[in-house]
Amino acid sequence: MSELLEETAHQIMAAPDPWPALEDAGLTLVGVPEEAGGSGGTLEDAAVLLRAAGYHGAPVPLAETGWLAGRLLAAAGLPVPSGPLTVAHGPSGGPLRRVPWGRAARCVVLADGSVAILDPAQVTEGANLAGEPRDDLVFDAAEAVAPCPVTPAELRRWGALARAVQLTGAMRRALELAVAYAGEREQFGRPIGRFQAVQHLLAEMAGEVVVADVAVRAAVRTPDDPVAVASAKANASRAAGEVAAIAHQVHGAIGVTAEHPLHRTTLRLWSWREEYGDEHAWAAELGALDGDPWELLTGTR
Amino acid sequence: MATLPDLDPGTLPPETAALRARVRGFLADEPFTPRCDCWLTGADPAFSRRLGEQGWLGMTLPARYGGHGRSPLERFVVIEELLAAGAPVGAHWISDRQVGPSILANGTEEQRQEFLPAIARGECFFAIGMSEPDSGSDLASVRTRAERVPGGWRLHGTKVWTSGAHLAHAILVLARSASAGDDRHAGLSQFIVPLPAEGVTVRPILAMTGGHHFNEVVFDGAFVPDAMVLGQIGDGWRQVTAELAYERSGPERLLSTFLLIRLLAERADEAGARNAVGGLLARLWALRQASLGVAGALAQGRTPDLPAALVKDLGTRFEREVVETVRRHTAVEPDPGSADPLARALAEAVAQTPGFTLRGGTNEILRGIVARGLGVR
Ligand SMILES: Cc1cc2nc3c(=O)[nH]c(=O)nc-3n(C[C@H](O)[C@H](O)[C@H](O)COP(=O)(O)OP(=O)(O)OC[C@H]3O[C@@H](n4cnc5c(N)ncnc54)[C@H](O)[C@@H]3O)c2cc1C
Repeated sequence: MSELLEETAHQIMAAPDPWPALEDAGLTLVGVPEEAGGSGGTLEDAAVLLRAAGYHGAPVPLAETGWLAGRLLAAAGLPVPSGPLTVAHGPSGGPLRRVPWGRAARCVVLADGSVAILDPAQVTEGANLAGEPRDDLVFDAAEAVAPCPVTPAELRRWGALARAVQLTGAMRRALELAVAYAGEREQFGRPIGRFQAVQHLLAEMAGEVVVADVAVRAAVRTPDDPVAVASAKANASRAAGEVAAIAHQVHGAIGVTAEHPLHRTTLRLWSWREEYGDEHAWAAELGALDGDPWELLTGTR
Repeated sequence: MATLPDLDPGTLPPETAALRARVRGFLADEPFTPRCDCWLTGADPAFSRRLGEQGWLGMTLPARYGGHGRSPLERFVVIEELLAAGAPVGAHWISDRQVGPSILANGTEEQRQEFLPAIARGECFFAIGMSEPDSGSDLASVRTRAERVPGGWRLHGTKVWTSGAHLAHAILVLARSASAGDDRHAGLSQFIVPLPAEGVTVRPILAMTGGHHFNEVVFDGAFVPDAMVLGQIGDGWRQVTAELAYERSGPERLLSTFLLIRLLAERADEAGARNAVGGLLARLWALRQASLGVAGALAQGRTPDLPAALVKDLGTRFEREVVETVRRHTAVEPDPGSADPLARALAEAVAQTPGFTLRGGTNEILRGIVARGLGVR
């Protein structure tokens, strides 16, 4: 099942605008229960899609629509509307800052313990480093309102895990680009990948990618475990910086140009590592937990 | 790049929770002083025997050889608890981790019956004789020679850095039994030499702070009967490289300095130190998942060489990061004689740190293995 899903996901995400194909295939609400209007499937299935989106840098609000808004509405017992969605958390009435894809999606707002679907009265467009919409929104009235069992802290964890999954896709892409380039680019009469210094950079990169990836996969299996999610995002964010730096080092000057595709990946790494908390923020959350470190680590507290 | 496969997380079966609790209960009643790098420097044969009585040595060996038929993941839980506690596991570590599985995989029926039950009881400790003065990373260049004589072999040569040889009941020796020819990996064999033995001299090589952990072992024509050739003559290189997958990815590659995290957490009363503890926990959580992932793959009968090399590279560098982080957030000086456990643990850790990224294949060699896996070498 998940291999087939992965193959489909890669086919779709590689297109310039994958959203229509995702909707046609019913893949925008994977991981959201069918009773709530979602497509069903597990969070692991949703992660397969999200990782592929991260790998291709697909310009779609996939994390926002299903993983975040869809699950939030389902938790609140509200029907999930069709089309792209996003989420924001903030005081009711106040402006909401840097809402992902705010201009292009209906917004599900978590405020004061309830959830509402809103259409913005005013949109001030903004973007992250990778050019993905991050807009400031002002709202009038809410369409549907329901009390919500999900706390803002939980919603932040959901967001962190989603970005962590996207990061692992993008990191794998960066590694593949760097390995391929090291095999093609020749200097001193041989591919640069023959130089041990370059080999060791690539090996170091592979280590960061694999460890971040296995940690995120493990956290997706236990998404309600705060230690797991905090550790997964902290590692993905930390690894993102290392991976981006090495990818560029291996590519030389061509990698920093607008013409070369590497920046589609690295700009996302640098953006997503910050969103929903960077490695320092999540380390602080872990450090603030009471209890013996070993019991925290092994989930036996 | 299909050559860098995803590593699936290893999931601990629910029944391991009770096992973990039993290990913790046992450790709570054991009167040892926790130490850093306990799997190399904390040897206590009586403690090893008590572990054997609990059924926590040779766990993955079949019951017919005195083992316990447990899964690698169950063993993972036991050893990570022992390591996190800083327990004195050094005496049996090598026999439990790699020699037992190697004799099971490669040994003759007689060898299995002779050594495996004793290993599982904690009554037979092994040393590993691979490295030599002129053969470190380039292990295939070993010069210790096995000379054919009636009924067996005579060993000539010198092994160094042989951990625990002074406590061991036997040593597994890699030696050249035929000249290399075109394939330098051919003509190597492993020999089991019970200790002490005629023609074998074990001399201490003291570590920089005076500790006696490893040795020089000189073979001066020591006789090894045919029955003590491990498996087949000429099969040594394959045996040795298969052992390394077990050796490289276990929790001992992450936890050598865990004691310091615990001690730092106990006294981290300002935000900077607490954040630092959190950062270490996040990293360790991820590395542990990776190590578990490799254990899970081994449990399914696969040999995940590449992830194992990665885990060891990142894990051993993390062990040092722990030391540096503790230094940044405390004003404690490393002091082997201190009454302060943190000062003492720091002393143990700082002086052992260089070994973390050398033993079991240096990190540079590991990165070479990874690069080959990535297809650039
Ligand atoms: C604490 C400890 C316990 C040990 N216990 C045992 C034991 O029980 N039994 C045993 O047999 N051995 C043991 N060893 C030895 C260990 O296996 C060797 O130290 C290791 O294989 C490296 O060999 P070397 O020390 O000779 O270093 P060398 O191989 O000489 O390496 C020196 C430096 O050169 C680098 N280098 C070498 N070749 C390359 C290359 N091709 N590319 C890039 N860099 C390279 C290395 O990475 C290293 O930085 C132990 C070592 C330690 C530190």
